[in-house]
Amino acid sequence: MSWWNRLLCLCRRRSPWIFHMNAGSCNGCDIELVAALTPRYDAEQVGVLLQGSPRHADIVCVTGPVTRTAAPAIRRVFDQVCRPKAVVAIGSCPATTNVFINSRTLEGPLEKHIPVDVFVPGCPPRPDAIIRGIAAAAGLLASRSRESAPPLASESAVQKEAAE
Amino acid sequence: MNLLTPLARFLIFPGLLFAVPAAWFVLWLERKTVALLQRRIGPPFGQPFFDFVKLLGKTTPPRPGLEGMLMRAWPLIAVSAAAGAVGLLPVFPSRGGFQGDMILLLALMEIPAICLIVAGFTSGSLFGEIGSAREAVLLVSYNVVFLLAALSIASTQHTFRLEAIVAGPATPWRWLGVIAILICLPAKLHVNPFSLPNAEQEIYAGPMTEYAGFELAMWQLSHGLEWIAGVGLVVTLAIPPSPDAWLTVAELLFLGFAVVLLLSLVAAATARLAIDTTVRFYWRCALVFIVAALSSAILVRWRS
Repeated sequence: MSWWNRLLCLCRRRSPWIFHMNAGSCNGCDIELVAALTPRYDAEQVGVLLQGSPRHADIVCVTGPVTRTAAPAIRRVFDQVCRPKAVVAIGSCPATTNVFINSRTLEGPLEKHIPVDVFVPGCPPRPDAIIRGIAAAAGLLASRSRESAPPLASESAVQKEAAE
Repeated sequence: MNLLTPLARFLIFPGLLFAVPAAWFVLWLERKTVALLQRRIGPPFGQPFFDFVKLLGKTTPPRPGLEGMLMRAWPLIAVSAAAGAVGLLPVFPSRGGFQGDMILLLALMEIPAICLIVAGFTSGSLFGEIGSAREAVLLVSYNVVFLLAALSIASTQHTFRLEAIVAGPATPWRWLGVIAILICLPAKLHVNPFSLPNAEQEIYAGPMTEYAGFELAMWQLSHGLEWIAGVGLVVTLAIPPSPDAWLTVAELLFLGFAVVLLLSLVAAATARLAIDTTVRFYWRCALVFIVAALSSAILVRWRS
C-alpha cells in the first residue's frame, strides 16, 4: 500500500462529513441526530460535520421508513453524493419500517432503494450509538483505500448495475 | 532586487510553504475556539488537513464542456491569487517589494471573492446563485470601507509601497485605518455575523453548493489563505518594525494568533445578520468612521 493510500485511509476515517436525509421519519431519530452534534455528545471531536449539500458529504444518514414521496428523492440524493460514499440507516424504521409495516403509503425498507452499509437500530437510537454508526461507516470508507478490501455495498451495487 | 527574493517570498516565507500549513492551523483554531466557547471538545488538531486530503481523494461529478472547465478553473485562480497576496505581505521590511505593491495586494485579495461570485453563477445551482448575489452585495458594502482604510493608511506615508508604509512611524491615523480593516475582516472571511454568502444550513453552502472533491478542497485552501492574507495585512501594519527580523516575525505570529482568536470570539458570540442590516452597518457606521479617519489623515499630511 503506497503512502498516499495510507494517508487517504487515515483522512477518510477521521473526516466523515454527513448529509441528513429525512425519509418520512417521526422526528425522533432526527432529534437524536441533532443531539449527537450538540455540546453534550459533540460528534465534531471525531471529525463529523453536518453538510448542507449532498455534493460535500461522504456519508448519507437516512431516518424514517421511506414514504412513497421520499423514495425518488432518496435515490436522487444518493446519486448526487460523490464516490466513495456510505449509507447509514438510523433507527428501526429504515431497517424494517418498524410499526408502520404494511402501510399503503410506504415503499420501505430503505434497502429496496439504495444499498445500506451500516444499520443503527433503536427507536430512536441513542446519540452515542449514532456517532458509533457514523464512525463505523467512516472506517468502511477508509478500508476502501486498501486495494485488497472488499468493496462497499454502494460500490458493488453500482458495479452490478454497470455490468447489467 | 534580483529574481530570487520574490520567488522565495512567494514559495517559502510568507508564501506557500509557510502559508498552507498556517492556513490549516488558522481554520482549525477558528473551529476549535468556537467549539470551546460552546463547551464542546471540538475538532482534533489537524482536522482541516484531514478534510483537505479526504476531499482530494473524492471523485467529482462529470461535467462536460465549458462549464466543467470553468468550475475547475475558478477555485484554482482563487488559490493562486490568495497565495500571491500572502507572498506580498511585508513581513521582512526592506527586503524586496516595489512601488505600488499595496495596490497589487489589495487587488489580489479581491480576486478570490470575485471568483466565488462567478463560481456560484457558473454552477447553475439556485442556492449558488443566491449565495453569489449575497457575496456581490457584501463585496460592495465592505469594500468601500476597506479601500478607504487602505487609502488613509497609504496617505499618512504618501506612498503605495508596503515596505515604506510599514517602516514609517505609527501615527494615530494609521491605527484608525488598521481598526477599520479589522472591522472589514469578518465580512471578507465570511465569518459570523457576516457569514451571509455561505450561510450554512440556510442556503446549503451558497456558491459552493455544487462543488465537490478536488474543487471543494481548493476552495477550502483559498479560504484559509484568505485568512492568512487578511490577518497578515492587519498585523504587519500594526506591528512597528524592529531591527531584529526574527523578533518581528515572532511578534507578527503572536499578534496574528490574537487576531484569529478575536475574530473567532466574535463569530461564536454573534448570530448571522440579514443582508440589509450588513449593508447599513458598513455604509452608515463604518463609512462615517473611515471618512473621518481619511480626511484627518489627509489634513495632517497637508499641514505638515
